[in-house]
Amino acid sequence: MVKDAETLALIPGGAAAAVLSEDFHHLGDGDVVRLEPAKAGIRTLFRKAVAYNHFLLTERCNNYCLMCSQPPRAVDDGWIVDEVLEVLRLMDRSATEIGFTGGEPTLLGARFIELVQAAGSHLPNTALHILSNGRSFATGTLARDLGAVRHPDLMLGIPVYADLAHVHDHVVQADGAFDETIRGILALKAQGVRVEIRVVLQEQTVPRLIPLARFLARNLLFVDHVALMGLELTGFARANLERIWIDPVDYQAELTEAVGILDRAGMKVSIYNSQHCILEPSLRRFSRRSISDWKQEYMPECEGCAAQGECGGFFSSAKFRYSRGISPILKAS
Amino acid sequence: MAKFRERAEFDASTRSDYTMLPWRFTPLDDESYVATNMAGEYVTMSAGEVSDFAGGALRPDQPVYDELKSRHFLIDDDTQVAIDLLGLKIRTKLAPLANFTGLHIFVTTLRCEHSCPYCQVSRANDDKREFDMSEETALRSLDLAFRSPSPAIKIEFQGGESTLNMPIIRFIVAEALRRKETARRNLAFVIATNLAVLDDEILQFARQHDILISTSLDGPADLHNRNRPRPGKNSYEKAVEGIARARTALGHYNVGALMTTTAASLPQVRSIIDEYIRMDFGGIFLRPLSPYGFAIKTKSYASYDQKKWLEFFFEGLDYIIDLNLGGFEFIEHYSAMVLKKMLTPLQTSYVDLMSPAGIGIGAVVYNYDGVVYASDESRMLAEMGDTTFALGNVHDDDFADIFMGDALLEPLEQSFSASVPGCSWCAFEPWCGAEPVFHHATQGDFVGKKPLSSFCTRNIALFRGLISRMEANPEVRRIFERWANIV
Ligand code: SF4
Ligand code: SF4
Repeated sequence: MVKDAETLALIPGGAAAAVLSEDFHHLGDGDVVRLEPAKAGIRTLFRKAVAYNHFLLTERCNNYCLMCSQPPRAVDDGWIVDEVLEVLRLMDRSATEIGFTGGEPTLLGARFIELVQAAGSHLPNTALHILSNGRSFATGTLARDLGAVRHPDLMLGIPVYADLAHVHDHVVQADGAFDETIRGILALKAQGVRVEIRVVLQEQTVPRLIPLARFLARNLLFVDHVALMGLELTGFARANLERIWIDPVDYQAELTEAVGILDRAGMKVSIYNSQHCILEPSLRRFSRRSISDWKQEYMPECEGCAAQGECGGFFSSAKFRYSRGISPILKAS
Repeated sequence: MAKFRERAEFDASTRSDYTMLPWRFTPLDDESYVATNMAGEYVTMSAGEVSDFAGGALRPDQPVYDELKSRHFLIDDDTQVAIDLLGLKIRTKLAPLANFTGLHIFVTTLRCEHSCPYCQVSRANDDKREFDMSEETALRSLDLAFRSPSPAIKIEFQGGESTLNMPIIRFIVAEALRRKETARRNLAFVIATNLAVLDDEILQFARQHDILISTSLDGPADLHNRNRPRPGKNSYEKAVEGIARARTALGHYNVGALMTTTAASLPQVRSIIDEYIRMDFGGIFLRPLSPYGFAIKTKSYASYDQKKWLEFFFEGLDYIIDLNLGGFEFIEHYSAMVLKKMLTPLQTSYVDLMSPAGIGIGAVVYNYDGVVYASDESRMLAEMGDTTFALGNVHDDDFADIFMGDALLEPLEQSFSASVPGCSWCAFEPWCGAEPVFHHATQGDFVGKKPLSSFCTRNIALFRGLISRMEANPEVRRIFERWANIV
């Protein structure tokens, strides 16, 4: 595939080639695309220039989270697996990190293991980050199979929303989910699989944030990372905005204490999706620029802010609602 | 879009009774109680809450309900995973037991040029080599040390003044390193020394093999010199100079110091702490008076000294807390070890705070003459004529005789504090230890009557003191959380 007619002229006659329209000029060498002649379209599957490419493995899920950014659908989408398997084979070996998301990827069962295996075989130097609710690992079999893959650099991101079962179950809208998730985490760690705990900061989770931090430090000290994350206002999160919204300036005390508890316990802790100006200064060193470039924006208030370089900025979806505390950090005079 | 269900629909606690998991309680102060679970987590409660909870009448809308549920004092229909987690935490606390014995103390000689009055073991300024460990004894002791299942073996040289027998230290280090090649253990060495005779050659040797130095520093010059008489009356000057030289040779953090509290120390805890700060140590271990010697001869171990010691300890602790509140980081090591048991899922390897007791399995002593003792205190006891805790002799007995013989197993069996009278219903049991040597020495049996035990009264006061301080001030709790994770 080439970007202009001039280059096309250089290609030997008879070779299969096509000229891309202007819309696709962001594509570069090493990217993987799928041509869909039936729809006369092209889908981008992997971009080499992007630090973190993620693959949605299924839209199905056994949770139904109040703030889900990718609302689940009960569809038969098994074909996705075949496509991802193909992409994995074509991808550039130098990719630093890729992600598997959903829906709930583990609902694919044996095919899920097959995908992790393929990622490890074709891309041995590429970190694999998988978002899962962890429930499928509770019985131990899937955790054992995943451990047996011995992927060289694997991390599972699993949400735990509260220390109290019913609060977690309410957030994910599934009875018994908390117990299964915790058992899943224990099973994964017993198999030597690395686990990151993800906590979304919202109206339902902030009141138990400090007890949750104590709970993690006491019961799950052996997990590999804890990420405390601001809301991304897409999907259900937007539909449920009034129900889940809490302004980050109103939870700084809880966040400071929770980060402190985890940090003092020697756990690795990060704050994702947060803006520098609303974070307590002592928390800024925990904040990561986690929003993917193509989703990241700044607001009119950010004009002249000296912290844009370190600040995570906003999801483009934040235009629906963002903190009243946004104000530029001016250079120390 | 399917309808979202409200939180109350997920909350089964309102519709079900709760089941209590094992817990114990005790008064904390005039108003409140402290309740603990088997893994050593605690919740403070009012008397009313204690009786509600115990009577099965606690309501889910009482705030303490969530705290008890979160910390696994109770389960209800919302969750069953609590039992798995509680079991995991208890296993984590007990796991280090399987690795018995990590610390192996070699008494290289009894000779010493100091003559400290509280020291039970050293022979002052004795030139006779009959108190030195022989190569034969060293080899047999190493055989035992390397039979230990522990993946990490620490060899500590003590005396007398351990460095007065450098040839045997060099011999043991070389031999241990040779065995490490095939034994695949993590090996660490410590030389305990008063630094008075430390020369550059010893330091160079220590540096070459990453050997840590542990020394004694009792406080300011007059106190230290009074506690530790030596010819020249300059023990303090020797120590301070030695610490500086050792730090230069080995690195600042590879030199540690311990203090011993004597009667003369009691009125001056602040200046003792100041001395440690002046010497640029990161903390201090306010060690209680040892009951061996004068205290023991009077059979009824008087509570008078005990009370004074606690005043000394808490005055020091509060001083250190104030320093931290002011932004100066400094820790008290005994508190830190207790706090580790209170605030983390982990365990401390400090022998006095282990249950079953740390004797023999937390540390073991190979005396210069080949007699194996269950602890340092056991050796002191033997010097006073009581050989109850002599486990055997490296020349006559094998690993099984020594580590599985009655001399060790009997006191160990009686030192599971969870099952002995007094401790089994004590709320502080998850944090406490058992001290069979102490109780044998002071009361004549391994268990002892706890109300008469100064070990017990001291620890109870300490546990209460630590909890009330962190409950009263969240900033103190944060400081304590830091300490709990340093040691
Ligand atoms: S003003 Fe904008 S760029 Fe600056 S810290 Fe706040 S959100 Fe970030
Ligand atoms: S020794 Fe005393 S404080 Fe310790 S567990 Fe026994 S009764 Fe409790």
